[in-house]
Amino acid sequence: MSVTMRIGVVTFPGSLDDRDAARAIRIAGGEAIELWHGDADLHGVDAVVLPGGFSYGDYLRCGAIARFAPVMGPLVAAANGGLPVLGICNGFQVLCESHLLPGALVRNTDLHFICRDQRLRIENAHTLWTSSYAEGQEIVVPLKNGEGSYVADESTLDMLESEGRVVARYIGVNPNGSRRDIAGVANARGNVVGIMPHPEHAVEALTGPTTDGLGFFTSLLKGLVEA
Amino acid sequence: MARVIVDVMLKNEILDPQGKAVEGALARLGLAGVTSVRQGKSFSLELEGDIDESRLAQIHELAGSLLSNPVIEDYVIREDVR
Repeated sequence: MSVTMRIGVVTFPGSLDDRDAARAIRIAGGEAIELWHGDADLHGVDAVVLPGGFSYGDYLRCGAIARFAPVMGPLVAAANGGLPVLGICNGFQVLCESHLLPGALVRNTDLHFICRDQRLRIENAHTLWTSSYAEGQEIVVPLKNGEGSYVADESTLDMLESEGRVVARYIGVNPNGSRRDIAGVANARGNVVGIMPHPEHAVEALTGPTTDGLGFFTSLLKGLVEA
Repeated sequence: MARVIVDVMLKNEILDPQGKAVEGALARLGLAGVTSVRQGKSFSLELEGDIDESRLAQIHELAGSLLSNPVIEDYVIREDVR
């Protein structure tokens, strides 16, 4: 028996990468369900991706207005109840603003918008979104952000490290001044993951630098099938 | 009509690259002795009627959730009496 997993992708006004996220889900073998920021429920999806882009024009702070969108009420409740949620780039910013993940993402240290292929190390291969990788595996996926510098106070950073909640780290050059080279973090339960670079842009040889990003989506499908 | 100003500043321990860039520009334009520039935001709220305690509490609540992110920013509220 095969049941197709239904993975929601939320489109906010100003989202850019919702189509690519949906495509990555389909390539990984899932069914992508379009969710709208104004929706009052999650249409029974098995997981949610908050995509990259510039929700609400990045006005006020990145993700600050999206956090209060109608769809975020049921999403926050479901995430606290264990629903798998992946936030990519702007989606990561929304997860931090929603306090589903600790810390915040601020302006890149050198003030430049950075767009390049970035080498990462997967530090935690036990989250719902990273179980297809080997611990310590190095991957290359696109990075494109202006406000990608991850900050949190020292005690929060120490807690993330000691609990293994740093999911991915920049290797080589730290592109944006992120504390401790952090590229992605997870919540305590491991169902909510935020990542600044874009795995959904690295799922096909034709359009991506690698297919290294596909693992985020196959991890989830594998985990949901086993669950 | 009442006016309330909400000033939002990055916490001291958060690096402010925009403030740094402004600091450099001020020095290049000849202002001597600038030791630090921090860039913040100011919101000016115009409200009908008077500000009572419950309304002020509501503004505090939103200043600490929507207008600022307490992880990286502090806010100050002042009533603009004219």
